[in-house]
Amino acid sequence: MEATQTQVQCEESHEAHPHAPGFWRQYIFSSDHKVIGIQYGITALVFLLLGLLLVAAMRWSMAYPEKPVPVLGPVLEWTLGDVAPGGVVSNSLYNSLGAMHGTIMVFLAIVPLAFAAFGNYIVPLQIGAVDMAFPRINMASYQFYFIGGVVMFVSFFIPGGAAQAGWTSYSPLASVIPTNGQTFWLIGMVLLITSSLLGAVNFIATIIQLRAPGMTWMRMPWFVWVQFVSAFLLLLAFPPLEAAALMQLMDKVAGTSFFLPTGLMVGGQIASVSGGGSPLLYQHLFWFLGHPEVYVLILPAMGIVAEVISNHTRKPIWGYKSLVYSALAIGFLSFIVWAHHMYLTGMGTKISTFFQTTTMIISIPSVIILTCLFISLWGGSIRWNTPPMLFALAFLPMFGIGGLTGLPLGFNFSDIHLHDTYYVIAHFHYVVAPGTIFGLMAGIYFWYPKITGRFMNEFLGKVHFWTSLIFMNLVFQPMFIQGMSGMLRRLPDGGAGYSAAANPDTIGGLSDKVIALNIPVSHAVWALGLAQIPFICNFFLSLKYGKKVESDNPWKATTLEWQTPTPPPHGNFVKAPKVMRDPYEYSLPGSKEDYTPQNQTA
Amino acid sequence: MEIPYVTEPRKDTGLYNSKVGIWLFLASEVMLFGAFFSSYILLRVGAKEGAWPTELLNVPIGTFNTLVLILSSVTVVLAWSALKLNKFDQYKFFQAITILCALIFIMVKSFEYRDKFTHYDVILKDGTRIDGHCVEMEIEKPDEEKPNDVNLVYPMKSPAEKGIQGRIVLSHPVRYPEEKGNQGRLDAVDTIKRRERAAKEHGNHESDPGEHLTISMKDITWMTNWGPWANTYFAIYFTMTALHALHVIGGALVIAWLWGPGARMWKTDPERYINRVEVSGLFWHFVDLVWIFLFPVLYLL
Repeated sequence: MEATQTQVQCEESHEAHPHAPGFWRQYIFSSDHKVIGIQYGITALVFLLLGLLLVAAMRWSMAYPEKPVPVLGPVLEWTLGDVAPGGVVSNSLYNSLGAMHGTIMVFLAIVPLAFAAFGNYIVPLQIGAVDMAFPRINMASYQFYFIGGVVMFVSFFIPGGAAQAGWTSYSPLASVIPTNGQTFWLIGMVLLITSSLLGAVNFIATIIQLRAPGMTWMRMPWFVWVQFVSAFLLLLAFPPLEAAALMQLMDKVAGTSFFLPTGLMVGGQIASVSGGGSPLLYQHLFWFLGHPEVYVLILPAMGIVAEVISNHTRKPIWGYKSLVYSALAIGFLSFIVWAHHMYLTGMGTKISTFFQTTTMIISIPSVIILTCLFISLWGGSIRWNTPPMLFALAFLPMFGIGGLTGLPLGFNFSDIHLHDTYYVIAHFHYVVAPGTIFGLMAGIYFWYPKITGRFMNEFLGKVHFWTSLIFMNLVFQPMFIQGMSGMLRRLPDGGAGYSAAANPDTIGGLSDKVIALNIPVSHAVWALGLAQIPFICNFFLSLKYGKKVESDNPWKATTLEWQTPTPPPHGNFVKAPKVMRDPYEYSLPGSKEDYTPQNQTA
Repeated sequence: MEIPYVTEPRKDTGLYNSKVGIWLFLASEVMLFGAFFSSYILLRVGAKEGAWPTELLNVPIGTFNTLVLILSSVTVVLAWSALKLNKFDQYKFFQAITILCALIFIMVKSFEYRDKFTHYDVILKDGTRIDGHCVEMEIEKPDEEKPNDVNLVYPMKSPAEKGIQGRIVLSHPVRYPEEKGNQGRLDAVDTIKRRERAAKEHGNHESDPGEHLTISMKDITWMTNWGPWANTYFAIYFTMTALHALHVIGGALVIAWLWGPGARMWKTDPERYINRVEVSGLFWHFVDLVWIFLFPVLYLL
């Protein structure tokens, strides 16, 4: 309700100064969904790069343990202090880097980019709305996200360094590590959760209330559907984590024992805590968010891929209804699979069996979605050689690998062997890195012309694509081998000092060959980092030097976001759109063009 | 271009935007408090036999506060319906009662908090446990480096070992002499049960309202007040009621703003103003509903 007041105010000021809302109002404190989308996008891309840099330092420690980081070592020591003595990544710095890599990638990079950035920019355009339902709340959502990000980032530079207990931040470990980084982490999380709560309310209200006339539920582009489901996941799954974060914060600053058990020993001494808490409770609350969050990571990327594939094959997406119902089914099921992350916590075989069953069931809608996207290629007139389509096509097998390698982790008996090994790392990175990130890259190349009025350079785009594809696989394929050989995660020296490595011939022993894989993998990680340079250059240079679009609809697409001026002005549409048809009417028999926009009457 | 359905409902949903928004927000709030209630159940079920304290809170005061909130729930509806009937003065009157109720609730709650924060639990060097209300405390703390206290986990030390000197004066002290030999804080969970047992077994436990007991820090091996750090029950009691109190304060601020400066909109855009009052009322009902669950769970069970 306050949001609309802004609207009124904006229009008043608009009348007073017809051409100049002012720099601050227009770019920093804007309530326009497109500006907020771009703010989210750029901030999230910066965090994505930061997350990559963190892992580059971690990989150095794994490949060349105890050796100073070349070139950047002195910078690390200078900025971070004691935790990087002589430029060496110490064990506690490695822990900080690992915890913050996960946190930044999930909560500050991928979700804000996939959900908030693309959702903010594209969803109102695709449903024919003038803005989000609550523009001012939308602005607040970005501001909470930004402050949360700053709090997380600053924690690197406090004495003791950033949080070290992993992105999952399990208690009691998280409560007993002597650094205030964990407190920063918790406060940052509460801010980020507030941000995503405001965003989720806004998205759902917008999609329910502001669809243009004629935009019925089954005429919505599938991308809008997946954002709708993701918003519900964030709305309902994040609050339990907020509760967990608040309780852990109380454990940390008020001396409570929500998650600290009776008789807790720290450093060989009985800790002075009242006890009676439950570490398992924290894990349940965390994964109640943690698993739906996985689908918040993947669903928007799938939505982008569907849009790009439909457009670039010039035919309707195959099985639109199946896609919609599958997305809804995933949304529902994702709330009852969380404890498959906890098979080895001792919660009991009966509970494990329940969660194993639901986990296998949730793979069905995921497979339906992937199958629909594959079949959509069949018989299409595929324009495959453009950067968005290359990324979208690569998404399919890459996500396929990620999904299928998840099955052995979903069965509790095979999980006993694979739990906490590099196999897990490889599995979820295949889902999120060459999966989701490729989907997001496809989206960036696809919608860049609408947002800026210029194409991104195609050659640089292809260089970016092929190098990224190769190095992604060089990074993650060897990890499957390492994981199945029993190499554990979270070891700063990559397992070299681990007892399994000392006895390579025993059962479960790690051979030198397996550990030696750390070196090529690390090199591939750094090469993957370098492979992003063409993208970064392309992203900025194309603003000025990119090929100009010749029409408002350069990809000849059907959905409503292409029926606006380029870039869309405040208020989006010149004339209020009226939706006449389904979202993907490509190659309609009897029509002059091979695409028929949603708002075209005949 | 204007955003549609700010005031008038959309035909197919029958709702205006902010009503959709507030219901979604409340759904998320249900999940937040739901997580706390689930945690309460798990912690209580998982507690050691007899370690979960009961009957520590004052039920009559809690009942009074419950009635205050229920009354405010009634007046918030009456205010809205008065506004619907175009009776602005009546609306002002009823909503004033709502705000007053919120103030009373918070005041009563803060007295309850104070009562717990001044209640001390002390173990003497000879193993005797005493609890009572602190009426006076004079202590001197050294400006010591706090060892490792960023994480609040440090080896247990008596006040003397920490260099704290002084004395504490307790009123209504209750002694538990049969508890000799206890080592310290880890057993504190059981204290409350012991207190009940002492009351039941001895009928009149050694409590004399007139007596003020002065204890020197030298004689104490361990002490705590009944804050959230005392045990898991108090941890969840304080966390949940504080979160609820924040909601009460937030809701009351919104209602008060609409009652005061925000009421200008009644002249310019009455329909939207009524919507705002309705939305704030929906939130207020939710806040009351949470308390309706909190009261039996924390006070009665």
